[in-house]
Amino acid sequence: MQCCICKEKPATVHLAQIVGEKMQKLDLCEDCAKAKGVNDPASFAVADLLLGLGASQELDPSAAGAEVKCPRCGFSQADFKKSGRLGCPECYVTFAEGLAGLLKSMHKGTRHVGKTPEALRQTRENVDRLKNLQKKLAKAIETEDFETAASVRDEIKAMSAAPAKAH
Amino acid sequence: MKNLDSFLIPPSQAARQHGPNDCIVMSSRVRLARNLRGSAFPTWAKKPERVKVLDAVLPAVSALPEMADSFAEAMDNLTQLDKQILVERHLISREHAAKNIGSGLVLNRAETFCVMINEEDHLRMQALRPGFQIREAWLAIDALDSVLERKLNYAFDNELGYLTACPTNLGTGIRVSAMLHLPGLVLSEQINPIIQSVNKLGLAVRGLYGEGTEALGNVFQVSNQMTLGESESVIVERLEKVLAQIIEHEENARQKLMEEKPKVLFNCIGRAYGNLAFAHIISSKETMNQLSLLRLGVDIGLFPGTERAVVDELFLITQPAHLQKQLSDKLSAEERDLARADMLRDRLKAVPRPATK
Repeated sequence: MQCCICKEKPATVHLAQIVGEKMQKLDLCEDCAKAKGVNDPASFAVADLLLGLGASQELDPSAAGAEVKCPRCGFSQADFKKSGRLGCPECYVTFAEGLAGLLKSMHKGTRHVGKTPEALRQTRENVDRLKNLQKKLAKAIETEDFETAASVRDEIKAMSAAPAKAH
Repeated sequence: MKNLDSFLIPPSQAARQHGPNDCIVMSSRVRLARNLRGSAFPTWAKKPERVKVLDAVLPAVSALPEMADSFAEAMDNLTQLDKQILVERHLISREHAAKNIGSGLVLNRAETFCVMINEEDHLRMQALRPGFQIREAWLAIDALDSVLERKLNYAFDNELGYLTACPTNLGTGIRVSAMLHLPGLVLSEQINPIIQSVNKLGLAVRGLYGEGTEALGNVFQVSNQMTLGESESVIVERLEKVLAQIIEHEENARQKLMEEKPKVLFNCIGRAYGNLAFAHIISSKETMNQLSLLRLGVDIGLFPGTERAVVDELFLITQPAHLQKQLSDKLSAEERDLARADMLRDRLKAVPRPATK
């Protein structure tokens, strides 16, 4: 049997953990077991590993403070460590900083590309456009291109005056 | 309340639903995860909050034109056996089968849409199609979702997309998957390298019942893992390409086995036929593994005059819950193994022995 992490060396450390009604099994080689801290089973969650949330990748406690709780639902970082699930949509704001690294390691990118609810499509486009304009403005000021800066500034002003119609 | 048993498509009919490449791709599925703004996710929410979400979502989903005359029910109104039947039909997850108060299900007549309410997310909506039809499934669920978004206030963030209980589903909330029958790759021992290369492309390979399950009966589920940072259509396209390649590898493996190792192949299929047709005690695991070989035998022409549907129906009706539904829900595992063998011997009377010269 091969180690399920390095997929090279033979697995000599076998772990089974029951979470809720699900049993998860892991077969590791000596080196990977050590690297993942399996020698100390108390501090180790198989689910984390399977989800790609190795010990180094849990919510960064320095980012938001270990005791932070979601104001909407009372969810804490400790709860996330236990379940790998968040408490409510609001948690993505509460734990935003701590989640950033995790999302990066899990996904192709950190910004949503794809379907957007129709009612929010306009807002989303406007937010994107405003961001681009602000970037352009900053660059224009930096390069002392004041003519462009002035026109970009006017565009931003026009957008915030009539956000719904800006196109 | 509708009776689930009489609502579901009878197994004999379910086994006769055809789609492109269905000798290898048993079914295609696309599911979207959606949540309501302002409500805690189901695993964190307390009972009253879950019930409130269910009471808002269930009527909204049932009222969709695609869901007319659907089976819409709270999970606590279903028996354990009914839930298990739904798992064996691949209509709900094993996780959902464990839910009770505050969770629900809406399934349409044709069994092409199934929406789980308060599984891990408030909504897990799936479009199901026989054979290789992931694009069709995506278009169908996309349309359903577009109508539903006008009635429900989804939790959506400009940066992160659709917000989900687990960060692994964030963004598009999409999981595109196909259930593949790959006996050729297993028999020719090519399956592990194939799984590894599919994994390298960021796709997951799982067993018959999804996450954390065994590949019983040489059936594998291939699906995307990443949901944030690329669009639904890019994900669907990648899956289509990879699946087309796996289909080709499986076809080649079967061809090669027939040319180079016909005796090995005939031996496996002949023994499977013998076991199934003459056993008096047989477990569901053994049944599935042997039926897989019988299915392969039908596909490569060793059982002229026998349709694949005969095997596919047996795949379904020999599973524990289906077996209990037909006989008695009080059967112990040992009694089931006897009843299963009786059923197989009886059904296979109509299937002549393999034509291996």
